[in-house]
Amino acid sequence: MAKAHIINLHQVLVETPTATTGELSSFRLTTTADPDIPFTISKVETSEKGIVITTVESLASKGHYQLKNLASGDVATIAPSLVGVLIAILLSAMLVQNFVFTRYLGLCVFFGVSRKRETAIGMGVTFTIVGVLSGFLAWVINQFVLHPLSLHFLQIIVFIGIIAFLVQIVDVVLKKTRAALHRKFGIYVVLITTNCIILAVPLLNAMEGRGMWESLALSLGSGLGFALALFLMSSARERADLSPVPTVFRGLPIAFILAGLFALSFLGFSGLGL
Amino acid sequence: MSEHPPLPPKNRELIWRGLFSENPVFRLALSLCPAVAVTSSMKNGFLMGVAVLAVQVLSSMTVAIARNFIHDKVRIPVYTIVIAVWVSVIDMVCAAVAPEIYAQIGLYIKLIVAFAIIISRLEVFASKFAFLPSTIDGFGMGLGFCFAMVLIGAFREVIGNGSIWGIELIPIKPLLLFILPAGGFFTIGLLMAAMNWIDVKRGGKLPTLGGGHG
Repeated sequence: MAKAHIINLHQVLVETPTATTGELSSFRLTTTADPDIPFTISKVETSEKGIVITTVESLASKGHYQLKNLASGDVATIAPSLVGVLIAILLSAMLVQNFVFTRYLGLCVFFGVSRKRETAIGMGVTFTIVGVLSGFLAWVINQFVLHPLSLHFLQIIVFIGIIAFLVQIVDVVLKKTRAALHRKFGIYVVLITTNCIILAVPLLNAMEGRGMWESLALSLGSGLGFALALFLMSSARERADLSPVPTVFRGLPIAFILAGLFALSFLGFSGLGL
Repeated sequence: MSEHPPLPPKNRELIWRGLFSENPVFRLALSLCPAVAVTSSMKNGFLMGVAVLAVQVLSSMTVAIARNFIHDKVRIPVYTIVIAVWVSVIDMVCAAVAPEIYAQIGLYIKLIVAFAIIISRLEVFASKFAFLPSTIDGFGMGLGFCFAMVLIGAFREVIGNGSIWGIELIPIKPLLLFILPAGGFFTIGLLMAAMNWIDVKRGGKLPTLGGGHG
């Protein structure tokens, strides 16, 4: 059977080259996760593009389904396109589920380096690069070592080891090959170990059993989201430093209030529905 | 390690330092992630506080015992591994003891590994002093953290949900905002400002413009 995809809440389009007129009883549509419970098919029509199957129950546009042609025995799988899923993960990690403002991770580093815009940008860039590297390495180790050997309880120890190892390597390599770059970004590289986002990403990937590309998308999204949060925050704090803030609120307290306001505005992204 | 280690401070003073004068959350501005993340209710805050207390005491004890065998050059990786081992243990204990709360805050318990407060106590204290004072220092700091978590959790639960420890106090929800993500930031900002205010009232001077680091 050829390609099939969901066109709206109740309809699946099957692109068949041969115009097979289907009957209601000749198709069986189930979810991939649970192939024992078929959907009730109310109508099967032929259009110029292929066969349109209408179901009684509603379908999720991002769901994974299996369509079987009982007459010929062919099976078509319906899955959202990988690129779409990756973009959804990326945007969701950046905005809807921003690690700083909605999951409250990486706050120590966030408040520590967001006082000046220049340091904020440096930290954001460094963190994104190292985060993607460590996310990938952690995925490889989890997929090919921890998972096959059922060593899930070692995840925390192994992941933190990978991160510490990677941070050391990046630091040394940068120092030996790009001394100017190291003078500028070296301090951020060392600080990365204390950022809990970098540990949270591999743990989340492992918990939800994500594949390689999805893991990479989450790593990249979390890094970009962190960089975005740092940039916004540092811009606001530079202004707050020049404003007549009450004495007891100077410094960290006002920074927390500002972060709260940012978190409130990030709530607005939850309407994106990714 | 020097031949004559400095004399450890008195036990009472160690506890007091952890609880108030060097409170990890309000004073040192360390380990803020859990302080905002899991304190939407007092129960969650309490479990998190107890978990950190246990990890802190156990890691301090381990490092205090092993401090003479740890080479200076590799001490930070060794501390990290020690913490990671104890976090793995506490993580499993929490999952077994309080499964409902664990379902909400499990990720944050795993992330105790990356908390600056624990490694900084190992570096500053446990690597220099003997077993007993290190244990008490770890206990004091853990207690201070637990105290801060319970305080923030209670504040947010009363204002946001009108209840405390899951028991309803007032039939309305005064400011739902405070149990939402943003409320955690506001609460800590306000509590920090309140602590500064108390300091000013008592005649002390403002603490230097601290910047949460590590």
